[in-house]
Amino acid sequence: MPDTHTQSIVSIQNLTKRYGKHTALDNLNLELPKGRIIGLLGPNGSGKTTLIKLMNALLVPTKGQIFIKGFHPGIETKACVSYLPERTYLPDNCRVSHLLSYFTDFYADFDPHKALSMLESLHIPVHSPLKSLSKGTKEKVQIITVMSRKADLYILDEPIAGVDPAARDYILKTIIQDFREDSTILLSTHLISDVEPILDDVIFLKEGRILLQSCVEEIRNTYAKSLDSYFREVFAC
Amino acid sequence: MAWTLDSDRPIYAQLVERLKTDIVSGIYPAGARLPSVRELAATAAVNPNTMQKAFTELERTGLIITMRTSGRMVTEDTAMINQTRKELALEQVCLFLTQMQKLGFGKEEIIELLNFWEGGKSNA
Repeated sequence: MPDTHTQSIVSIQNLTKRYGKHTALDNLNLELPKGRIIGLLGPNGSGKTTLIKLMNALLVPTKGQIFIKGFHPGIETKACVSYLPERTYLPDNCRVSHLLSYFTDFYADFDPHKALSMLESLHIPVHSPLKSLSKGTKEKVQIITVMSRKADLYILDEPIAGVDPAARDYILKTIIQDFREDSTILLSTHLISDVEPILDDVIFLKEGRILLQSCVEEIRNTYAKSLDSYFREVFAC
Repeated sequence: MAWTLDSDRPIYAQLVERLKTDIVSGIYPAGARLPSVRELAATAAVNPNTMQKAFTELERTGLIITMRTSGRMVTEDTAMINQTRKELALEQVCLFLTQMQKLGFGKEEIIELLNFWEGGKSNA
């Protein structure tokens, strides 16, 4: 059950983000508890990526505040938040092995051994330059680097969209196996049925507002339908 | 392989059923040690918190027992396991009868069919 009294890792207060006249996020209030895997769901343009970017200090709020472990997004939070952006930022001519050294340098909590073992499981050659890899393989590399950190909060923007179903299973399994009780995972996705069994809680965003924040089992219990069908019903066009 | 789950019922209830079935069918026999929550969650491809909840439920009924130092084991009480086996069987019978009623079969007819099915396999 989502217990609002347990310690939150993220606290968001009256958060508003406008792009010119367009309001992407409208006075959002949100607490993310520790030890949960939380799905951030909503139709295209509902504000998911804007929220995620604000949490990672890539955007500045128009109004309101975000606290992650008590800090505004910035240097302190980058040390404890592992972020998978929706688009890759990795330099194309960099080799996978090089990338691992970068991450080891950048993040004190990065575990290169873990990354290597995951790369091996997915048969990704370590000495290849990134540009020689397929789009899906690049995405796998990126999620491996993100999941090989021992962070307090993982923010994954569409983590499995570009990879094949077998790798999807592997990634989800890795998330389950390595999930620590004191960490939190926030993930946005449209592939609801794939992630449904691993989610504790879900947040529905619609037009920049929170439509619902609930425990997934509660939805299945109350409406006798899967999260996926419930989503389709709520956001029916 | 991830466990097959119905989409319209709480996952935790389905995990409880699956674990009960695995116990009565001898995959985890009386007194056997169970895999860890994390391991089983990964196998089933479900959230570890949900698997934990299923374990807690089975502990409450006494079918599995938490040992102080070395994880969890199936109860050694075979009477309890047999009782669970019977309960699971009755649930199946209940489902079967509901379906048969929908098809308009009465009790006698059903028994006749069951007998026919047994002999019918050689006649078919």
